[in-house]
Amino acid sequence: MSMPFYVAPEQQMKDRSDFARKGIARGRAVVVLRYQDGICFVAENRSLALHKISEIYDRIAFAAVGRYNEFEQLRIAGIQQADLRGYAYDRSDVTGRMLANAYAQLLGSTFSSGADKPFEVELVVAELGHDGSDQIYRLTYDGSIADEENFAAMGGATETIAEVVRRGIDPQADLRTAVRLAVNALSADTSAPAPRVLGPDSLEVAVLDRTRPRPRKFRRMSRTALAGLLEEEGTK
Amino acid sequence: MNSSFTELLNRVAPDLLPSRRVPTGPAEGLTSHGTTIVSATFPHGVVMAGDRRATMANMIAQRDIQKVYASDEFSLVGIAGAAGLAVEMVRLFRVELEHYEKIEGAPLSLDGKANRLAALIRGNLGMALQGLAVLPLFAGWDLARDLGRIFSYDATGGRYEEKAFHSVGSGSIFARGSLKKLYRPDLDLQGCATVVVQALFDAADDDSATGGPDLMRGIYPIIMVAGPDGVHQLSDEEMTQITDRVIEGRRRRPDGPAADLV
Repeated sequence: MSMPFYVAPEQQMKDRSDFARKGIARGRAVVVLRYQDGICFVAENRSLALHKISEIYDRIAFAAVGRYNEFEQLRIAGIQQADLRGYAYDRSDVTGRMLANAYAQLLGSTFSSGADKPFEVELVVAELGHDGSDQIYRLTYDGSIADEENFAAMGGATETIAEVVRRGIDPQADLRTAVRLAVNALSADTSAPAPRVLGPDSLEVAVLDRTRPRPRKFRRMSRTALAGLLEEEGTK
Repeated sequence: MNSSFTELLNRVAPDLLPSRRVPTGPAEGLTSHGTTIVSATFPHGVVMAGDRRATMANMIAQRDIQKVYASDEFSLVGIAGAAGLAVEMVRLFRVELEHYEKIEGAPLSLDGKANRLAALIRGNLGMALQGLAVLPLFAGWDLARDLGRIFSYDATGGRYEEKAFHSVGSGSIFARGSLKKLYRPDLDLQGCATVVVQALFDAADDDSATGGPDLMRGIYPIIMVAGPDGVHQLSDEEMTQITDRVIEGRRRRPDGPAADLV
């Protein structure tokens, strides 16, 4: 009968962190930032069908990097929880904070339980506030949760990307400026093989738009619309 | 994985399902009743209108009830029958459509939506047998076929597509007669809205459970439109204008405008 080796908890956590981080760093990055009329989500993503950005509820959206099957599972769990709560109580009782907490619980307990492998994902839950008090929660693989001020970046070379956004961020900027800043930041990703130009075909963009008259504020931008936005930028 | 909200509810919180509460014995008296809903298509969309009266036996329970709702961005649902259950069913139906759309990343087809509503009504059959039937009218813009379509239902969940126009509820016999004479397929939005207001007026004229426009309180029917640009409700000013014109005509001719003999 073999004796299990003793592994110090610190070592175990470190191993699990390294494992999760490695998985996440392989993924292409996502930038979430505030602009004049709401919150804008920009992801590097060549697929039209497999989304990294998604609507969760009226004023709440979700963005993720890492393993697709894992964040897809989390996305669906979030939609289910939000819809159940909104139906059982009222639509106004569904909040970003509640969703972010639920995700933090799930990620954290999976990370520290010895049985399952940790999630190789990083998430953003963003909520459009009613009086301009928008919330951007950033959640990491171990269940840590941070309430970001004006923007969040994750995946790829996060630090490089975040630095570019930090220098240029302006919550009063219009959508075109915000998208341009996010695209610049994403192309600064040094983990990519060579400097790249990101066109509409390699981007996924969506917004939570305060000016939208319907209760559901999430709007996915078509590639044609995005091309228009980036094209005019070139002629400037 | 499943994209149905109702099935999720059935699994995790079945007590929230309207159909789970089956009373024993007749229950008609427990809830107020919504009455007449009218819908008609025109080349660029489909309109749906409802009067504002809810009755409980011979009493008027509410004068400004809303019976026409947007079920999502391209479809409308109007409710006749047991109001308490119907309103809850509309709420469930809306979440059902939205839940599917969010999980799948694409909305259901119009036929898919109509079938989901049929399933919800079928789930209510137990209550219908106790006298709490919910009879919705469903209409929407079919994005794949580029036209407005109308679906009616029976209490068992039978789904029937209607041509051009339809009406449900206690005043529907009169509304349908009115529509038969006034409706033309080439109407524009304004004309189509006027036709459904005329039909509601005729329903209110002969059916005690259908309310006419309440001029004293300024309560007018609700009209919603579904078209290629989505769903919207006609504004109060538009409704006042249409209704006032209809009433003006009726003052001269109480039975309504004449249709040609042949």
